[in-house]
Amino acid sequence: MAGDGSVKLIDEKTGKRTDGRKFNELRPTKIEVGVLNNADGSALIYMGNNKILAAVYGPRELHPKHLALPDRALVQCYYRMSTFSVAERKSPAPSRREREISKVISDALNSVILTKDFPRTTIDIYIQVLQADGGTRCASLTAACTALADAGIPMRGIISGVAAGLVNDTVVLDLHDIEDQKGSGDIPIGYSATLDEISLLQLDGVFTIEQFEEAVKLAIEGAKQIYEIQKEALREKYAQIRAEFAGEPEEEEAEEEDTMEIVSQSLAESEASVDETAIDEAVASEETEEKKTGEKTTIEIEEVSEVEEVSEVEEVSEVEEVSEVETDEHQDLVSDIAEELNEELDEDEKELEKELNSLGTEKPEENDDTTTTNTTESEDDETEHEEINDLEE
Amino acid sequence: MSDDYVVSEIEKDYILTLLDQGKRIGGREKQEHRPIKFELNFVETKAEGSAIVTLGETKIIAGVKATLGSPFPDTPDSGVITTSAELSPIASPYYESGPPGDDAIELARVTDRAIRESHCIDLSKLCIVPGKYVWILFIDMYVLNADGNLIDAATLASLAALSTTKIPKVKINEEGEPEVLDEKEVLELDHYPVTVTSYKIGKHRIIDPILKEERIADCRITFGFDEEEHIVSAQKGGIGVLKPDELVPIAKECLEVSKSYRAELLKAIEEFKKKGN
Repeated sequence: MAGDGSVKLIDEKTGKRTDGRKFNELRPTKIEVGVLNNADGSALIYMGNNKILAAVYGPRELHPKHLALPDRALVQCYYRMSTFSVAERKSPAPSRREREISKVISDALNSVILTKDFPRTTIDIYIQVLQADGGTRCASLTAACTALADAGIPMRGIISGVAAGLVNDTVVLDLHDIEDQKGSGDIPIGYSATLDEISLLQLDGVFTIEQFEEAVKLAIEGAKQIYEIQKEALREKYAQIRAEFAGEPEEEEAEEEDTMEIVSQSLAESEASVDETAIDEAVASEETEEKKTGEKTTIEIEEVSEVEEVSEVEEVSEVEEVSEVETDEHQDLVSDIAEELNEELDEDEKELEKELNSLGTEKPEENDDTTTTNTTESEDDETEHEEINDLEE
Repeated sequence: MSDDYVVSEIEKDYILTLLDQGKRIGGREKQEHRPIKFELNFVETKAEGSAIVTLGETKIIAGVKATLGSPFPDTPDSGVITTSAELSPIASPYYESGPPGDDAIELARVTDRAIRESHCIDLSKLCIVPGKYVWILFIDMYVLNADGNLIDAATLASLAALSTTKIPKVKINEEGEPEVLDEKEVLELDHYPVTVTSYKIGKHRIIDPILKEERIADCRITFGFDEEEHIVSAQKGGIGVLKPDELVPIAKECLEVSKSYRAELLKAIEEFKKKGN
């Protein structure tokens, strides 16, 4: 609820707000991705004193089944405030406010997720506000969309949420708790910088049309800054994964006991790098290209490993080379080398093809212990049950 | 009407082709609303205020009840208003009975926002003993027939009901406890906010859609306006998106429509008061 605007929240001389920010300044914002192990994707956002966690599961099977949509995935969002996240203890039962916010956030995310790629499934987004400091729905939307990217769910673009509002008749960006309560208006917005689209908009307070226009413009500028933070957070995670693998392969090489292990290792790594590009490019909203490169590399690597299964040490060492280069270099190299390998192996391949067929084509298992939680099909029963409980609730 | 819930592709094409020619089913303009009918004080002996609003074929009843209760700790000298809406099977075979779903909650909250943020009710006048006793106004809406554009109809219905609301006078007795008297006084409204919802269908924008049009819309945006042309509430709904440069033109279109809605509302209230209410 917006106040009457009578409380002085902006210093008349300096134009600074109660926390020292200028009218067009965001609060310090930081996002961490992949913070939860069991979720397919997750993100933790710090925005001022807001601390909000988002977890993504899916696309996965939907219960109860009659809710399933025949032509696309259902996007279900659950925004919940922890009882201790606000000054007065909040009742743990979902309030009407929480349900409305869940609805507007899931509508917004629905507009960017390529839901038609996953008919009859569900993509579930769980948002838990750990500490609230005004503007939680915007920060939640930002976190949720970053978590979706972390889960490797294909999207047309990334949404960034931020509010602009009216404080002492001045339009300001990113209201904190006191400004939210004592100010005279608040416009939360969900905006995608790459698509130039508004996917969430609410307003309360009293605005003239001119102030409304100004506030929307200001919020869009803020959203563009948040988008950079989201991209950075996603990049950082994959830089970490790359660093983790940079030191490892030599030990594996020395053991060389089980060829399958090495292959699965290299596969896991290539998958990791594929996912990285997938996200980089999803961010740049070039999903078509992403899909192509993604598919291409996976298929090629699979071929290599298939050939390797039946053949001798020669190929194995070549595959190792792939894994080594990959760890240091960019994913592009992976596909290049895989291509080269393919050419070399082409001749052998024809001979081996018959053999392969007779053996049956076993797909190597991806039992990687990496921190990538990007395999969308991981569904353990426990989380499923939790999900059902949530629905019943 | 119930058959309009699922719209076939061929009908969708038909509606879109009509829109391309600047026409709509029923011959209305894109920015023209359906006829509105008000039945004020329908629940005359029991409710503090009530109204049935009929917008085209959409029909909503709103009732106001007042009970004495305690204020919120952070606003000890303000009364409380709460809004609820129910989409029961009485209004459409596609609604189910049971606790309110997300759509009903959104409907109630968007209506609530327009009433609350426009400050049309002076909440301090609802205070009886600060920190102890205030009036709690319950504005409850039941959709009786659903044929599109529930949000605008709901706001009109709740405002109409509030305009007929009379609240009992209260005497504070010697122990400092309130005593509710038989005599009632009219609840003064300082503003008359109305909401206007613009629906985006392809590249077209229309207001006050019938169900068929609403079902094929990509998204909607609702603006609440007071009579001083301030925007007091907004809500985007649906999974479609809006371009930033569309917002102000939409707001201006909605503002024009809001004047027409309000004129109809005020006319009905005036007629109601002329009859000696």
